[in-house]
Amino acid sequence: MRDVTVELREIAQRVVQLAVKAGADDAEVQVSDGTELTAKVRLCEPELVQEAGSRGLGIRVFKDYRQAVTYTSDLRADSLERFAADTVALARLSEPDELHRLPDASDLATSLPELDLYDVDSEPLDAAEALARAVRGEKAALEFDKRVTNSEGGTYSRVLGAVALATSGGFVGSYRGSYSSLTVEPICDDEGGKKRNGYWWTGSRFVAALEDPESVGREAARRTVAQLGATKVDTCEVPVVFDPEAARAIVGMVFSVANGSSFYRKSSYLIGREGTEVASELVTIEDDPLIARAPGSRPYDGDGLPTRKNVIIDGGVLKTILCDTYTARKLGRASTGSAGRGTGSSPAPTTSNLFMRRGHRSREEIVKKTERGLYVTSMMGFGFNPVTGDFSRGAAGFWIENGELGHPVSEVTISANFDDLLKRIDMVGDDLVMRSSTSSPTLRVSRMTVAGR
Amino acid sequence: MSNDTFRAPFAPGGEYAVDAEIARKLLSLALERGGDYADLYFEYRVSADYVLEEEKVKAVGRGITMGLGVRVLKGDATGYAYSEDLSFERMAHAARMAGQIAAGGGAPAPVEIKPVVLPDFYPVAQPSLLMPPDDKLGLLRAADQGARRFDARITKVEASLVEQVREVLVVTSDGHWAQDRQPLIRFGVRAVAEEGQGGKKRQSGSSGGGGRYGLDYFAGDNKSPAWHGAEAARIAIAMLDAREAPAGEMEVVLGPADSGILLHEAVGHGLEADFNRKGTSNYSGQIGNKVASDLCTVVDDGTLPSSRGSINADDEGNPGQRNVLIENGTLVGYMHDRLSARHFGVDASGNGRRQSFRYMPMPRMTNTALLPGPHSPEEIIQSVRRGVYARRFSGGQVNISNGDFVFSLTESYLIEDGKLTAPLKGVNLIGNGPDVLRHVTMLGNDYQLSDGIWTCGKEGQSVPVGVGTPSVKIDKITVGGTEK
Repeated sequence: MRDVTVELREIAQRVVQLAVKAGADDAEVQVSDGTELTAKVRLCEPELVQEAGSRGLGIRVFKDYRQAVTYTSDLRADSLERFAADTVALARLSEPDELHRLPDASDLATSLPELDLYDVDSEPLDAAEALARAVRGEKAALEFDKRVTNSEGGTYSRVLGAVALATSGGFVGSYRGSYSSLTVEPICDDEGGKKRNGYWWTGSRFVAALEDPESVGREAARRTVAQLGATKVDTCEVPVVFDPEAARAIVGMVFSVANGSSFYRKSSYLIGREGTEVASELVTIEDDPLIARAPGSRPYDGDGLPTRKNVIIDGGVLKTILCDTYTARKLGRASTGSAGRGTGSSPAPTTSNLFMRRGHRSREEIVKKTERGLYVTSMMGFGFNPVTGDFSRGAAGFWIENGELGHPVSEVTISANFDDLLKRIDMVGDDLVMRSSTSSPTLRVSRMTVAGR
Repeated sequence: MSNDTFRAPFAPGGEYAVDAEIARKLLSLALERGGDYADLYFEYRVSADYVLEEEKVKAVGRGITMGLGVRVLKGDATGYAYSEDLSFERMAHAARMAGQIAAGGGAPAPVEIKPVVLPDFYPVAQPSLLMPPDDKLGLLRAADQGARRFDARITKVEASLVEQVREVLVVTSDGHWAQDRQPLIRFGVRAVAEEGQGGKKRQSGSSGGGGRYGLDYFAGDNKSPAWHGAEAARIAIAMLDAREAPAGEMEVVLGPADSGILLHEAVGHGLEADFNRKGTSNYSGQIGNKVASDLCTVVDDGTLPSSRGSINADDEGNPGQRNVLIENGTLVGYMHDRLSARHFGVDASGNGRRQSFRYMPMPRMTNTALLPGPHSPEEIIQSVRRGVYARRFSGGQVNISNGDFVFSLTESYLIEDGKLTAPLKGVNLIGNGPDVLRHVTMLGNDYQLSDGIWTCGKEGQSVPVGVGTPSVKIDKITVGGTEK
């Protein structure tokens, strides 16, 4: 793929000028360009090959402290001229909010770090090779154990993208990104006509960093077979160990109650708690956009500000909440450089690479020190109320008895108030792997209600 | 904004007008390497959104999306490509890309393309997008006032309106030409209530609705902006006194309308035929078997007037239909897309849907309903000694393979000795689809369709849906609270 960032920057800058010419006080324009390749096989036969490219352009204009935000996929020159003018006209419908203005010029990023987010070597991989990798992964799962009787398939996907942002405040930035992944989803037959599905995956910006398809397939099969015979357990209060794949959802929920938007919208139980203990001292959670090659890294934020590492919780104390320019102004503080921006939407606080810092215990040690409890490998549902911290979600995993993983468990819920949950984290694993933009090591919560029979 | 805004550029007289000749050329290109079947999916979507916050209209937005998706089938394999550029050259490129899935073999002979006659389940005299914007801003303000007037403890109100018109044209290599225009509006209010020093106790409540209407939606019963505002406030205030929910298996009564999302999760997804074609659903191979209590008859109905999930045509060009899935407890049918209908040797059921031209279609629900039973809602509640009454929900999720599902309650009450008592904190129910339907022991005569708020996600694609139920008594399901 040729480097389109120069072209995207030019379009963005041109449309900023069109909007200003049409009467906007200020304008911001983001243009994105992406191509996708998805190859899916099922029972080792091709099921889907999807290949396409797409472009989109989003404008935000300010006029007398009023704003409008628009999106179009029609990037022809004359269409854009009309679209920019329409956007300016639309702004008259909103009401003035003195915070609806560009970031201060002195806050803008002036030089952008090189974060190595694009892998040129992932470009040549074609549909045939993508299908071949998907087959290798799925075949390894089907051959791993004869109890693997069916499959939702193997999927290889690659996205190559570029994005540019230009503002009338003088910011111009762009970058490219790539991401490739392979997922395998085997199925086993269980008693009573139930089926057990599982999955495993590998993903990276760099194709050379992907795990080999066979090991992904085998791990997917191992995880699926292990669930055979899963049952409910009796309702009880026990320690709950979250494996990294489940624990990262907990880390993500911390962000949902520790950002400028949830604070000013009064949608967080952490309002007023900055500087105080909100978690056990073992808990340190940070957001770091500047890690080279990492999935969530970004050289500038959606407002055009420099990005930086932010420690949200440090040793259990709530230090920082993530803010973009608008929510920071709203709360009378400075942006943390955390604005995310979809093409066609307003900036909002988002995470980059969000993770809980690793602890000192091995996963084996954490299980061993748990005499009786639940080991959670997956969670289901939306049972988290950020306003109150009430947390109740479906869970599946294994029963821990005498410090060892025992029979598989499904169809139970785990509940606790999130405030208690974070304070009851009494063990943190040393097994942090940053495969996705939110990640966690294994962690244990000393007590939760497990509802079952 | 002029009426032209809604004339899709691919419609007759448009800048990229598509006629049978162009469609036939593109379909031939798609099939030139030997595919069995191809279809073209043109889509033009205009949307607008308005957000009120802190008693001010904070944001207005608009989006325009247009494109063509080309699909080629060869056996069970699909080739898919799309283009946002409707110049013939770019469309031809997409057709060839999609056609690469086939390698050899003869393509079907060209057939004459004929328009499909479609019903009209959502006639809208005036699309809301054409109405004066000030009318819509007035709706947001009315909702804000409705919430604030309800109680002085309401400290924050947000209201939003999203309106959309979607024009689609489907042309297939077996000669169908189907065109539909799908209006959709969605209105929502969220209210925050605070009590005590510095907002010591804080709760939120939401209410919303919509469907395939113009602004006439707001004239309906319990549909005015002020009503939604007051309803959001009522929930937030009621929940200020919420106490810990119980934990463990117990009797649960589901209220009418929105509880249909339990049905959507517990059985609906498992009856989408792609999972059954692949043998990955726990309902695979169960047609003709008893899968629910005798009380249960479940239908998926894309023909309900103006409902959010209704469709004149699905995204494969087949007319929307009413399909019985479970009849008096016996599984009688699945929901199909073209691939699965061919696999099972049955007619299309009007369930092939997609999020946009960037996605291939798959079997999806439209409006899914559990039909009414013989019991009054009062006698159902009176029959419970200790249990939970579920009234409002934020959503649910299912694991298709083993049938386990959860759904999240945002407004629920304890039932003690046949009466609703204390409001309960947010809690999950978890169960297994087939198990739960066998445990339905009473069914109300108070059937209601939900207001138009639900969106269903499947394999990364979102589509608007409707749900409906009467009151339902389940004699055993796990409640995920914290009180033993």
